[in-house]
Amino acid sequence: MSVLIFLETTDNQIKKSSLEALVYGRTIASRSGGSVTAVVAGNPSNLSEAASHGASSVMQISDSRFSQNDTQAFAEALSEAANQKSASLIVMAKSVFSDSIVPKLSSIWKAGAATNVVSLPESDANFSVKRSIFTGKAFEAMKLTSERKIVSIKKNAVAVSLAPAAGEVVAFQPSVSSKAFSIRTVSTEKATGEILLSDAEIVVSGGRGLKGPENWGLVTDLAKVLGAATGCSKPVSDLHWRPHHEHVGQTGIKVSPNLYIAIGISGAIQHVAGISSSKVIVAINKDPEAPIFKAATYGIVGDAFDVVPKLTQALRNSL
Amino acid sequence: MNILVCITSVPDTTSKISFSDNDTKFVSAGITFIIGPYDDYALARAVELKEAAGSGNITVFHVGEADSEPVIRKALAIGADDAVRVNSVAKDGYFVADQIAAYAKTKSFDLILMGKESIDFNSGIVHGLVGELLGIPSISPVMKLNINGNEATMEKEIEGGKETLQASLPLVLGCQEPIAEWKIPSMRGIMSARTKPLQVIEPTSFSSGLEFEKYELPTPRTNCKMISDSQVEELVTLLKSEAKVI
Repeated sequence: MSVLIFLETTDNQIKKSSLEALVYGRTIASRSGGSVTAVVAGNPSNLSEAASHGASSVMQISDSRFSQNDTQAFAEALSEAANQKSASLIVMAKSVFSDSIVPKLSSIWKAGAATNVVSLPESDANFSVKRSIFTGKAFEAMKLTSERKIVSIKKNAVAVSLAPAAGEVVAFQPSVSSKAFSIRTVSTEKATGEILLSDAEIVVSGGRGLKGPENWGLVTDLAKVLGAATGCSKPVSDLHWRPHHEHVGQTGIKVSPNLYIAIGISGAIQHVAGISSSKVIVAINKDPEAPIFKAATYGIVGDAFDVVPKLTQALRNSL
Repeated sequence: MNILVCITSVPDTTSKISFSDNDTKFVSAGITFIIGPYDDYALARAVELKEAAGSGNITVFHVGEADSEPVIRKALAIGADDAVRVNSVAKDGYFVADQIAAYAKTKSFDLILMGKESIDFNSGIVHGLVGELLGIPSISPVMKLNINGNEATMEKEIEGGKETLQASLPLVLGCQEPIAEWKIPSMRGIMSARTKPLQVIEPTSFSSGLEFEKYELPTPRTNCKMISDSQVEELVTLLKSEAKVI
């Protein structure tokens, strides 16, 4: 089957999770010899990675209105692109942006959609995929039976690998309806230069064990050495020690980094749900009975105020 | 201002999830069901908006069987005026969106609010589908909402930040904190909820492109490897050479 992949960008870069989506789509297309088309808005500095990861062609949107990230406009554009390429599957990385594109696209393109997907389909004919449900506490296997299909992939569910293809870049001017760009953007606040929590390879999080916001230097120093994003537990954001957008857990941000370090976090079931798909979890807690150790790969029982600075120093010496 | 708030009935966030019947049925015994946490934020904001306007009506909408009525009554106790329950299991997001849109077409709502996603099946597509079915804009996840006449000003989460948006009513919004603080029903609210109207309607016919197969629990992590707090260098070595993540 021919596959269309939406490449999302951040800070003028194609996101790594979008490359994961590209590899996912390429793998399905290669089973039946279908085409692999990537769609991207703007001119990201790493555009050549679309070709090196298997896109046979890249449809590039230059219309500057698309820099507004209007989900209606993107849904209409992706539908049009998929029709041009006779694609029967659209793949994208799950993100706060694509979450709003998927249902609109599903309706416009008349396709069944599965979000939060973590596995490849059994086959083109038996399009059975596994989704993460109950916010990381379980999975469900479900089959997409519609002729056209949309899949959004959970981060870190696909290993990225190279497979050079032509990746011919073609200009694409979508013909959007009057419904697109109907929502007015008044202002945008975006932290620049910070590593995005949802897209980070390494996350360092702190909990109530850190005793107060004035001690957050322990977390940020360790994060800096590792090039990590920082997060926190729900009690910490409820106490306003840290901003809400750093809250990791069932009702906050769900993360799936390669490495998650939990400092002074007891490991309530809601927190563990939000980190359960991390590859490796390190827990540092002074209570040996803390439930976080049941979820962790490596654990240190000890005082965060003693262990974390030593760990930061040891990493600084060795990286 | 007429507001429709769509709520899910989901396992309390502390619930342990388990399945029976060869992993095809969710085990609800011993589970406490609550209003979906994100839906609860949407409801709280709706109550605040109605209070601020001094007039209006809030209808709670739910797709579920009779056993979810305590959750609907709680929403009425928090401040909704009336409720509608579609008498069916919520088969999937497409089914729920169809029910909401079919009902909303018969009324005229200025706002249709719900959580950005349910915390059981996490599909997160219902608000977007409802917007398309009704031909009105949908926005998610909305963290702040103010209404001035026919205009809504919203703060929406974007990756690494937020965006302030303006649009005209009617709108469909998927909500999340900190749009409002959860409200705890007052004793008076609980008493009055008992007599507020709760209409039960039958679902519209429907076909979806999705077919459920089975559930699966994550494989538990193997035993945590403990490292002495005086040997943090050992952790660095393990992360480098065993786990290969740094």
